[in-house]
Amino acid sequence: MPAKKKNQTFEDHLGQLEEIVDDLESGELALDAALARYGEGVERLKHCYELLQKAEQQVTKLVGESEEEPFEEESSA
Amino acid sequence: MSLEIYTVTQLQTEVRTLLENGYRHVWLEAEISGHRRYPSGHHYLTLKDDGAQLNAVIWRSTADRLSVQPENGLAVRARGTLTIYPPRGSYQIMIDRLEPLGVGALQQQFEKMRRQLEEEGLFDPGHKQPLPALPRRIALVTSPAGAAVRDIIRVAGRRWPLTQLVVVPVRVQGDGAREEIADAIARADRLGFDLMIVGRGGGSLEDLWAFNEEIVARAIHAAETPIVSAVGHEVDVTIADLVADVRAATPSAAAELVTPDRDEQLAWLRDRERRMARALAAQARELRLRLDRIASARSFRRPLDVVHEAERRLDELAGRMGRAARERVQAQRLGLEAVSGRLEALSPLKVLARGFSVTWKNETLVRSVKQVRPGDRLRTTLPDGEIESTMDS
Repeated sequence: MPAKKKNQTFEDHLGQLEEIVDDLESGELALDAALARYGEGVERLKHCYELLQKAEQQVTKLVGESEEEPFEEESSA
Repeated sequence: MSLEIYTVTQLQTEVRTLLENGYRHVWLEAEISGHRRYPSGHHYLTLKDDGAQLNAVIWRSTADRLSVQPENGLAVRARGTLTIYPPRGSYQIMIDRLEPLGVGALQQQFEKMRRQLEEEGLFDPGHKQPLPALPRRIALVTSPAGAAVRDIIRVAGRRWPLTQLVVVPVRVQGDGAREEIADAIARADRLGFDLMIVGRGGGSLEDLWAFNEEIVARAIHAAETPIVSAVGHEVDVTIADLVADVRAATPSAAAELVTPDRDEQLAWLRDRERRMARALAAQARELRLRLDRIASARSFRRPLDVVHEAERRLDELAGRMGRAARERVQAQRLGLEAVSGRLEALSPLKVLARGFSVTWKNETLVRSVKQVRPGDRLRTTLPDGEIESTMDS
């Protein structure tokens, strides 16, 4: 599962979490399925929290047609 | 006829009066040149157009309350009164009001462009795109050295550090700015960002002018990437603002507008965490209850009860069956005895058994002596046989 998660956006995670919560709240899942879903939900939550805690904003500057380089503020004249 | 002879002073004074009375508070449009401010605080300058020029002065007291400061090359609309400076003999205008002519002309140009593009449907609300809730990559089309880029990076970084910001550097004012901005928008659009912020910090109307240019408006309109415009301050509305999908009052406001709030998202996550746990606990509780109910059922508590009950029913049925069968046989027997009793009672043998006999003449029962005559052959039936006899008398 972590391999799959790598390519997912934060938004994807939120969508999946919402589905998991809906599934669990519907009470229609069998217990073992519910437990599995819960485990999956906890994983995703952890991942989201980590993303938010560890996130450092990336700022780059577009130099070529599609090339980017780290952005360092030019001193204002 | 007497000849009137003026002194120079007299003539100049008279002409001055004529000028001052005849050209009081006149308006004229001109360009400023040869401007100098003296230590006294007075300004000396020349107002000119293509064909002529006029000396002008702005006294310190007037200069202090002017909204625009005179500057070489500035096109102005000036109000003043003509006068003569007698020591030099030259006439000049004393300016008491000064307005930059540029604003009026630019404003007109702005209105014309606004009307034209509006008619073409560039501001059509139906063309506006919604902004993505959680943009991953945002292009900032702005000056890399301006306050705008700093403000956006600061605000976006605080609110949502998961977003990658890519600065697409452009000049935002001066010659070539409009082409650079339009080109940068098209370039960023091709690269596929989730969102674009196009703008700059505050400045004069002239400074912001690139964002009123048609080429920029068309680039914004053509872009498929959602665009937020953020030009100048709250009060500055540009053509770019009208074409953009969303107008932000300032660059900081734009950053705030396009990024989700980290605290809000954390609260969202915590809420889902609680709901998940609650849902699972509720399910476990319910299953537990069902289990309890099942466990407390009688069949689980006393498993033999069922068997016993079945046996009891079986016994009962067996009893009923036996009873019914016996009763049936009894009834049959009683019926049979009744019938045979009646039969027996009717049997002539029974009468014969008591010592009676029956006598027949031929096949007729003899009931009277009158029926027989001597010599008749009679047959007498007894219980154990028959006697043949002949009547004697």
